[in-house]
Amino acid sequence: MAEIVSLAAAVEGAIHDGDTVAMEGFTHLIPHAAGREVIRQRRRDLTLVRMTPDVIYDQLIGAGCARKLVFSWGGNPGVGSLHRFRDAVENSWPAPLEIEEHSHAGMANRYVAGASGLPFAVLRGYSGTGLAAHSANIADITCPFTGERLTAVAALRPDVTVIHAQRADRAGNVQFWGITGVQKEAVLAARRSVVTVEEIVDELDPRPGAVVLPAWTVSFVAAVPGGAHPSYALGYSARDNDFYVAWDAISRDREAFTAWLEREVLGPGARRAGAAQ
Amino acid sequence: MSDTVSETGGDYTADEMMTVTAARTLRDGMTCFVGIGLPSAAANLARATHAPKLVLVYESGTIGAKPGWLPLSIGDGVLAQTADAVVSVPEIFNYWIQAGRIDLGFLGAAQVDKFGNINTTAIGDYARPKVRLPGAGGAPEIAASCREVTIVLRQSLRAFVERVDFITSVGFGDGPGARQRLGLTGAGPQKIITDLGVLEPDPRTGEFLLTGVYPEVSAADVQGRTGWELRVAPSLAQLPAPDSAELSALRRLMSAEPSEGASR
Repeated sequence: MAEIVSLAAAVEGAIHDGDTVAMEGFTHLIPHAAGREVIRQRRRDLTLVRMTPDVIYDQLIGAGCARKLVFSWGGNPGVGSLHRFRDAVENSWPAPLEIEEHSHAGMANRYVAGASGLPFAVLRGYSGTGLAAHSANIADITCPFTGERLTAVAALRPDVTVIHAQRADRAGNVQFWGITGVQKEAVLAARRSVVTVEEIVDELDPRPGAVVLPAWTVSFVAAVPGGAHPSYALGYSARDNDFYVAWDAISRDREAFTAWLEREVLGPGARRAGAAQ
Repeated sequence: MSDTVSETGGDYTADEMMTVTAARTLRDGMTCFVGIGLPSAAANLARATHAPKLVLVYESGTIGAKPGWLPLSIGDGVLAQTADAVVSVPEIFNYWIQAGRIDLGFLGAAQVDKFGNINTTAIGDYARPKVRLPGAGGAPEIAASCREVTIVLRQSLRAFVERVDFITSVGFGDGPGARQRLGLTGAGPQKIITDLGVLEPDPRTGEFLLTGVYPEVSAADVQGRTGWELRVAPSLAQLPAPDSAELSALRRLMSAEPSEGASR
């Protein structure tokens, strides 16, 4: 049953060194504040799982939290490269980063298998690409009914999934809408989960297309208004496209990145989102 | 490369020529899977001009999005707010792409080879890459299962290579019959649109031939920026420059400011 706690307490309770952690949100509702809290608590040796590592994992990788990255598209959307990710892969800075990569369809289906309690999912994908040769989690499979050759992908079962949502009620039932991505599957696939929300309300009134995660599927809920920034929460904020563009210069240079990290995350003056409920 | 087409002395850029050429290939009412950047600009240009019923599908799960300006990411709020339907990510890939419901997929590339195979993964050796690229994203399954694919990228010796360093998304594999052997259901790439002209596959061999060039561009210019021995179609088309309606619609789109608020 969901406990409503501070962001710091949620991260402390749910995420430990060496864990496999999925922070999901497909462009929309990316749990950035929680990512910065993981950096602040100096977690290490994490296996980070996410379809689009994006700026959130660029920060975690640059801060030295990750040992391995499991992903399907590692760019800064509409802007260019993720420079901290590239520096880690190309130059092992600040630490070597093992990678396992998939297609979006493969990753999405791996979460579906995890949420379904199945060992693998089946799709028509990867065939003829170079991807399967580099992952033990992609294999050929033959349809027992038609004989068609298909692809199996192993289930993803993160230790923890972290997402951001628009709202929760006081019991910890979570509601999010707009582009809902793969968050439902990622939470249901994980052993534990952390959900940051824009606000905690008395009652969740229905929203078109909303996903509701019952409180008993969630470990921790923390109120973190603006906790998706520079991503956004439909109905609460707009995507800060200027920040994504500015990130290119910040992240391109190790010193500029380290200064940003100290100023915005680790230093005494850094803003601590969700410190108070 | 230079941003303007100096050869023509014309008043449009190479990117505008590419975008307009890509937009012209889109038929009204078709379903089109678009990525961010030039494909999104081309699809929205087509929607603003000759194809108002074009159905734009973005991999964030927004189906039938009608943005009034060009979004920076595939998941900007305007896409969800203007879509006919917003579906989850597993659903967009399984029910919509894999099931063959999309007529055309637009793909970019860092490298493409003469069989239309695409690399967006790594330049050089995979384990020790010279350049680590973003990776696959939705492209492998778009390339596999959309009814057809259009590849859009600027022409250069670095990008147009005899063999890609890594096959991220399959075109015609190693040639005739490869797609059937691999069980790929879509027809594969039918056009490569560049800043010099258009390449299309020889149906017998799967090898891309030069079939059209822009004003003031010669086949020799294109060969000069192609890393394989480029064959030229017997009837090389001279593709027309953008007309004023296309240019003004495109520029209006490119300069349109987001007016997205935080309204509930």
